[in-house]
Amino acid sequence: MKFNLFLFLFIFFLKVSFAAEKAVDPNLIHKNLRCLVCQGQSISDSNSDFAQTIKLVVKDLIDEGKTEEEIYSFMSDKYGEWIVFKPQLNIQNSLLWILPYIVLIFGGFFIFTFFRKRQ
Amino acid sequence: MQKTVKIIILFIFVFVIGVFYISLTRDTNYNTSNLINKETPDFKVLSFDESGHFTKKDLKKNDFTLINFWASWCAPCKIEHPVLMKLSQAKNLVILGINFKDKNTQAKNFLNKLGNPYDLLAKDKIGKQSVRFGVYGIPESILINNDLIIIQRFVGPLSIEDYKNIIGIIE
Repeated sequence: MKFNLFLFLFIFFLKVSFAAEKAVDPNLIHKNLRCLVCQGQSISDSNSDFAQTIKLVVKDLIDEGKTEEEIYSFMSDKYGEWIVFKPQLNIQNSLLWILPYIVLIFGGFFIFTFFRKRQ
Repeated sequence: MQKTVKIIILFIFVFVIGVFYISLTRDTNYNTSNLINKETPDFKVLSFDESGHFTKKDLKKNDFTLINFWASWCAPCKIEHPVLMKLSQAKNLVILGINFKDKNTQAKNFLNKLGNPYDLLAKDKIGKQSVRFGVYGIPESILINNDLIIIQRFVGPLSIEDYKNIIGIIE
């Protein structure tokens, strides 16, 4: 009996924690969307008419069950990739994502060989 | 070893110059060129008299449709209004006016005073439908064909050049 109760509570809390993890945070999305009619402000920072409308649309999309990535994709489709602060991982941006790792590897290799030769 | 250092320094120099060049020459202003030749998004706008809705299916029967976002409080909308009046006389073109975040009485006064160029009139009270079209300010006009493909977008008030451009496309 105790074991069954323990199992029930375990599964219940596991589900609750997963559900909390999966929930889409609108504030996070607002912070990652650029206000197109403002100077360097995010949708979250702006009180402009455009920002207010985008907030309403984001809320609707969340209610429709869209994920964070799907919402960014929707916005990029309508306003271009410029609207999303975080660059998407695609061919055009591949260098942006890969270059730090290349620099890290080559830099590490260079430092390693430099010190090895000095020794 | 010195050769490798020189190559690395040269590479970093070229890279930094390259990044500066791309950043300084890139146009960061929002433009709508990437939305042309795309299919018209699904939409459902309430008709101005609230008797029904317009969807993209309603536009399929027209040779060309110009979707115009406007409001009575928008000064550039007054500037483009004579152009819209001229366009309303063109054959092959249906103009769908979407009244954007406006008050009914003021919108009616605007049309009574300046004339009604719209074959179809709808309203987007809170602006959510405009997001589906990628509109971020008004006036903005979208020209679509009967395959519901966006042919041209006009951000800002329509000018006489835009009028000629539209006439050239539809005739």
